[in-house]
Order: sequence, then structure tokens, then C-alpha cells
Amino acid sequence: MGLDFNDETFRGDYTFRNSPRAIARFPFPFPEDSYMYSVNMEPHLPGRPGSVFEHVFDVDEHYVAEMRDRALVLAEDPLRCQSLPHMTLAGWDLLELIMVAKARDYPQWFSLTQDGNRWHWVIRPLQIEQSFTFLDETTLPCGPMEYITRQTQGDFTLQDQRDDNLWIEAGMVTTQADWSLDFDIGMSFHEWHAPVPLAHEMRVFDRALKFLLNLQLGAPVRRFNWTMTVDPLLDTSPENYPKWGPSKTTMTADTIGHRQHLRVELQTLHRLPRSNAIVFPIRCYLIKFEELVTVPKWARRLHRVVRDIPDELATYKGFIRNKPLMLDYLSKYDDGAPTSPGIWAD
Amino acid sequence: MHAPPSIPSRPVYGTLTARPGRGHLMVADGEGAEALLAMVAQAEDASNLLATAQIIYMPGPNGTDLSDRLQALTPARFHRSPSFAAALPRLQKVLADAHMGLQIYAAGSEGLIGQVQQQAMFAGLPWQAVQTEHRGSTVRRVQCVHCKGITENVRTDPFVCSHCGLNLFVRDHYSRRIAAFQGVNIDAEDPGLVPPAQERFA
Repeated sequence: MGLDFNDETFRGDYTFRNSPRAIARFPFPFPEDSYMYSVNMEPHLPGRPGSVFEHVFDVDEHYVAEMRDRALVLAEDPLRCQSLPHMTLAGWDLLELIMVAKARDYPQWFSLTQDGNRWHWVIRPLQIEQSFTFLDETTLPCGPMEYITRQTQGDFTLQDQRDDNLWIEAGMVTTQADWSLDFDIGMSFHEWHAPVPLAHEMRVFDRALKFLLNLQLGAPVRRFNWTMTVDPLLDTSPENYPKWGPSKTTMTADTIGHRQHLRVELQTLHRLPRSNAIVFPIRCYLIKFEELVTVPKWARRLHRVVRDIPDELATYKGFIRNKPLMLDYLSKYDDGAPTSPGIWAD
Repeated sequence: MHAPPSIPSRPVYGTLTARPGRGHLMVADGEGAEALLAMVAQAEDASNLLATAQIIYMPGPNGTDLSDRLQALTPARFHRSPSFAAALPRLQKVLADAHMGLQIYAAGSEGLIGQVQQQAMFAGLPWQAVQTEHRGSTVRRVQCVHCKGITENVRTDPFVCSHCGLNLFVRDHYSRRIAAFQGVNIDAEDPGLVPPAQERFA
């Protein structure tokens, strides 16, 4: 694994953990002491050095282990990666976006040599080396979207744009917060968001769609989403819900600090140049409650967010059952002191 | 038919209207026959419509069979099928042979309508090209999100997946590509704790 990457698991013995450095750079998603849905999009500009915003695609200490976990999910269920036939060009767009960005931002790990359409790609931490012809599918071991997303942290969906709508028509989805690509593929924007409570009435999706239809090339945007996960399980899929659902019932006051995780999605959206599709990377970050409370501001704020969230949202996010246990744990770290604005630790 | 308020992925259906076309494919089950009869009765040029129409019809999930009334219309072609599964090869052939200007109408149960739209999509036609009208049975076609098996004619919520045996609750979330609602395990967190099945669909 080397010094840069953790040797850890997201299943079975669950050896996943965050180093002190990973805790310090964790993307805490709450800029204030309460939470309600909002479109909350901002430009995805390079952010403060060392943070998850520093580069277009964040590569962190969990990279190698996450890619191993993705391969295990796909071996069990190939339907987690699907691309409708007309989405191949968007897949190439995505492959280019990722390779160019990573080779530029992490030259110690990635390199890309381009000679016309003949490309040579190297990922040192994964011992991958591939020569291929850009836009020629026969020169890769699988389709371009599958190829590049087997090597890139986070879930990805590709949206085609037509009829003033976005259509989810390709994706690699193995670290999802309980939604099924296999079921949703082919749906329009409002359709695939249909199960989300409250937000439709607030017209969140109308505004988000209008905004995204005008997303410009070279001007990506980002937002956060979040939920709660018991044990550091990346693959909280509806497909496997009977396997992971029972874990919610066995957490106790003694184990919650170690087993309960805040699950944060850093969602970015990028217009793609050839296909005019939009790629939606959904990058999942996990942090144990016992790790999170080492940052006093975050501990206070998370307590207040969980305490004040409407039951309907806590139910949708799947943690209503353990909300009292969470509040007991987090309240010990909330002395009522005011918190500073914004997401960063003090 | 008035459906209660639901989520945006739940299909909405219309009322069939005869549109000008070089051919007319009408697929219906059960009470869907009455939607076809009403459409023909209101058509401006019913004789021309029927002269270029083919009807594929099957009994509804509740057993309603109005074959005689449809056959009495004397369309260019009439085919009565015992089930959608049995009608499928014929439907696929008709769609594969379709020319520009074919009008497609689907009427009856949601399962029937959804599967006609699905087959149209598979044939490369836009699903919006299929006119729809929901009549008769409200039973649902539900896909188990866990084993991916589809259970036809679901009447209760929750119900037992006919493939893997899990207890599933029925969501309004609907996939056009699968032509089914989504079923999710109801006792995943507390195995065995299954609420009594309610007859929600008839």
C-alpha cells in the first residue's frame, strides 16, 4: 500500500479509519447549526490547500482500499455499472476529464502521455499502466466510463440533456446512500429524485434543474449532501439492504462512537465537451462519531443539527431509530457555546 | 380514473384520442377494451381508423374479457391473446416492422401499459409516442430491488416476492425501463416483524 494509502476494509472486519490528517480535512457539511434542504450550489473552484477542495478530484488515503471495495461490489453485482448505448461518448469525455486533472494535480501518482489520440496512462498506487487510442473502445478492457470509474473514488452518473431535461443514462454506483442505478437509469431529473420527501414541495428540484440545464463547460459546481451510516460500509445499496439493515439495531451506547458514521457526499457537476452531457461525481466521505468529536466545533454543531432535524428527514435518511442514541452521545460534547460560521474547524 | 397525489416518478395516464396515422396499433387488456371502444366511437373517421388498425387484446388481471365487443369493430386485424407474455412475440414483431406514422395506443392495467411503452422503447421509439389510458384493475407489477425478480398482479402491501420470498413493501417509485414499481424489503431491520398485508390494489 505504501505510506500514502491505508490498508483497510469497508466490510467484514471494517478496519476503515481516518488518520488525524484525514479528520482535519474532513468535509464537514454544515455551515450553520441547523439543516434544511437547499440547492446550495457553489462554483467548484480550487479551494484551500490540503482540503478536499484543493483539486477537481480529491485523492486521499482511502483511495486504494476504496477501489478494492468497488471491484468486490462489481464482482457480486455487475448491474451497479451501466451505460445506455448512446452514452459512450460521454464516457470518453469523463475519462479525459479525470485523466487530465489527476495527471496535472497528482504527478507523483498519475501520469498521462498524449500523442494525438494515442494515450498512455499510469496509476502508480494501483499498478495500472494502459496504452490506448482515445475514442476507440476496442483498445480498453471495458467501456470508457467503467474503465475510468473503476480507478476513481466516488460514484458517477452521466446525464444526457434533451427536451429541457436531464436523463440519468449511465453510471457507476457502488458507494450510494440507498438508491438503485439499475432501477433509476433512464429516468428524468424529477423522476429519479421522486422519493425525496419535502424537497419537491419546496421546488428545490425545479430550481436545481433550471440551474443545471445552463451549466457551462469549464465552470463546474459543487454541493454537499449527507446521511448517517452504521459501520463504515460504502455499499449501502437498496439491493443489499437486507444484509446491512440489521446493523442499525445492534448499536449501543458503548459502540456508537466507533460504529456510527457521518456520511458526507461531495457532489460536483461538470458539463462535458463532446457529448454535452453532465457528469455527476458523488464522492462519499465517512467519519466515525469518535473521530468527529475531536473537533469541538463540529461536535457541538452536529448535536444541534441532529437534535433539530424534522422527523420526516431523519426517517428518509434512515437514522430515526438511532436518533436518541446519537443525541445522548453527541450532547456530551455540546456545552451550548456559540459556533463560528462556516464549515471549517476553528 | 383519479389517482391520489403521488411522487413525480409515478406514471400519469391520459385519455385515448384517435390521431391521424398510416397505421394504428392498439393494445389493451380487460376494461381497456372500453377505452378503445370510446376512442373509436369519437373518431372523426372511424371506418378509416379501423381499416388500418390492428388490435392485440387479452383478458385483464381480474378476468374481464371483452374480446367479443372489440372483435365486433372488425378492425383490419384482431388478435386475442391469453396473456401479455403470450402476446409479446407478436407485439415485438409489429413494433420492429413499424413504419413512420404508426400510432400506438395502450389501455387497461398499468402493467399492460407499462410493458407496451417498454417494448416501444426497446424498438427505438420514444415512450411518449404511446398514448395511454388506465382502466380497470389497479394491481401492480413490482420489481424486487433485491433479487430483481418481477411479481405480476400485486394486490397487497406488503407482499411476498414471488422469486426470493422476501416481504416487500410497494413504493410509488416507478421505472419505465423495467415497467414496474419498486418493492423493498419491509423487515430488513427487524426480520420477521411484518405488518399485516393490506389490500391496496384490486
